[in-house]
Amino acid sequence: MMGDHSLSGPLDDVAADAGHLDHPPRVGFFTDTSVCIGCKACEVACKEWNLVPEDGLNLLGMSFDNTGMLGANSWRHVAFIEQQRPLGNQDTGLAGLPTGPSGTEQTTEVVSSALRHAERGGGELGTSPLPVDRGPQSLGMPSFDLPGAATGTEGRTDFRWLMSSDVCKHCTRAGCLDVCPTGALVRTEFGTVVVQQDICNGCGYCVSGCPYGVIDRRPHDGRAQKCTLCYDRLRDGLEPACAKACPTDSIQFGPLDELRARAAQRVEQLHERGVTEARLYGHDPTDGVGGTGAFFLLLDEPEVYGLPPDPVVPTRDLPAMWKYAGIAASAFLAAAVAVFAGSGR
Amino acid sequence: MGTSRGNPPLAESPDGAAPDGAGARTLDRDQPRRARGRRDDDGSREQTMVPRAEFRSYYGRPVLKPPVWEWKIPAYLFTGGLSAGSAVLAAGADLTSRPALRRMSRINALTTLLASGYLLIADLGRPERFHHMLRVAKPTSPMSVGTWILTMYGPGVGIAAVSELLPAAVRHTMLGRLLDRLARPAAVTSAVLAPAVASYTAVLLSQTAAPAWHEAHPQLPFIFTGSAAASAGGLAMVLTPMDEAAPARMFAWYGGVSELVASKLMEQRLGLASEAYTTGRARQLRRWSQRLTAAGLAGATLAGRRSRAAAVASGLALLAGSALQRFGVFEAGVASTKDPQYVVVPQRQRLEG
Repeated sequence: MMGDHSLSGPLDDVAADAGHLDHPPRVGFFTDTSVCIGCKACEVACKEWNLVPEDGLNLLGMSFDNTGMLGANSWRHVAFIEQQRPLGNQDTGLAGLPTGPSGTEQTTEVVSSALRHAERGGGELGTSPLPVDRGPQSLGMPSFDLPGAATGTEGRTDFRWLMSSDVCKHCTRAGCLDVCPTGALVRTEFGTVVVQQDICNGCGYCVSGCPYGVIDRRPHDGRAQKCTLCYDRLRDGLEPACAKACPTDSIQFGPLDELRARAAQRVEQLHERGVTEARLYGHDPTDGVGGTGAFFLLLDEPEVYGLPPDPVVPTRDLPAMWKYAGIAASAFLAAAVAVFAGSGR
Repeated sequence: MGTSRGNPPLAESPDGAAPDGAGARTLDRDQPRRARGRRDDDGSREQTMVPRAEFRSYYGRPVLKPPVWEWKIPAYLFTGGLSAGSAVLAAGADLTSRPALRRMSRINALTTLLASGYLLIADLGRPERFHHMLRVAKPTSPMSVGTWILTMYGPGVGIAAVSELLPAAVRHTMLGRLLDRLARPAAVTSAVLAPAVASYTAVLLSQTAAPAWHEAHPQLPFIFTGSAAASAGGLAMVLTPMDEAAPARMFAWYGGVSELVASKLMEQRLGLASEAYTTGRARQLRRWSQRLTAAGLAGATLAGRRSRAAAVASGLALLAGSALQRFGVFEAGVASTKDPQYVVVPQRQRLEG
């Protein structure tokens, strides 16, 4: 079947567009972060099932997140964000407790200033120790008092933890897939995006083509690696390891249409219960990547979780790019002709 | 033991009478800074995750992956452009009977192409699999398109250069005569493909999520083809006698001027992404590039046809200017992936605009 030749926008049937004639429905993840408890079972299950190597055992020093970000050796990443506001109408029960303001902002400053000096600006998995030019910082621990014991009631704040398990988005318009020059990246019959490890030659183009910063080249291996949505398990009719391991069903796996309907219901439900900040991210087929196969319910703006607020597949502007390149190339050739015609002989 | 340490503060602290511990000091000091936290739509106080208040991010960590490409890629951008420019000069010199310029340009085109091949393959994660690039021809991947452009461009450059380098003994054999005959059509073919070699690399960089490269897609092709022409003209000025180098000087002049103009336009029109070009290491590299290119152009114009020494010096300045331009552009793209502001701020504006 011939796919349509559009480079962006919605696409009804991604698998058929990639040439799969008789294919199962498109599947994906709906990650409902409002019920994520930050247990990281998804990270562990993914590593175990897919034999993803260890990526360092150091502490990042910024929160309970010691993974940092998605990369070649972390295909699931649980983000932790502490904020001074309640979650919906939840009673945090702080009134009688000696809980002061959190130290998150302070640790953030230390971490982000150290990231500036890291070789890839923190773009590598964050578990290698970073040079901190300010020397050790006191975070007030260990202490003989309870945290915040010395502050009065006026120093007490509401708080909530945002936790979210990030993963490859398996975009409808996948930047990594578009730029891959070897055909190693393919669209599977499930509508997911997978790197064929026997083909990839490690050119690194997909790393820069991804608007989410997901895929990366594995050091010492040289090939690009990312979530496969457990392609092997899907073939055997099993759900991906992370969804299987998730104890709260924060990670839900299923046919994309079904997940989108379920997600819309869940947002409505949360709004009714007073969690007005609940929103979906990546569910919309008219967005810059044509909607994602793995989408999220978030409780704050996407950038707070390290996600781009309005990602666009770079391929969208490809015709314009070649147009400018064509003009420049013509000018280059015309100049050469003119130069020789003008100087005679 | 554990309980006797923990219990008393719990009883006292609701009244604010807890002793002054280490934890409390750091938290107190943190108080005034917190006032900068912005208020959300529902009135609750939001905490900014990054010291700079204009945008929010996840602990200041990058959203994008910085490129895995190392110095070899900007070096290839330079050698590839140099090869393309030299191929064009070689064909022109051949058709207008300038034997010295023809000979040097043909050889330059091949040596820089060989260097390009080495740089491209060595930068792969799995260099032994470089031929996997030839499995597919993929219009959506500028790297695939470029692979095929180079594959078509290479043989012509090779034949033309080898015909120049044949020892006299081989030159008169059948093979030698055949090569001699093929040299001109081969060289012209490669010269026709050379503009594509010089310009596709701009599309390659632009079709990435790196904001500084992607946003610059209208200007990058002109910077890259200009840089290619300037470097090829410069190299020819260094290596060929002055009486044959007039087209090389003019080609370099065209290249240098379009590089400088396009580079200026880019700085003005890019919005926030232009900051990646005008700060840090990219700024330093591009500043020196502009100085050297301007100096090379001035030298070539004023003294290029009178003094061999001036021609050599101007040619070298143009070469260095072109190389630094490539490294500067590369560096800007890398910087724009490391700092989340280049991703978050424009996208947020787009959503709210």
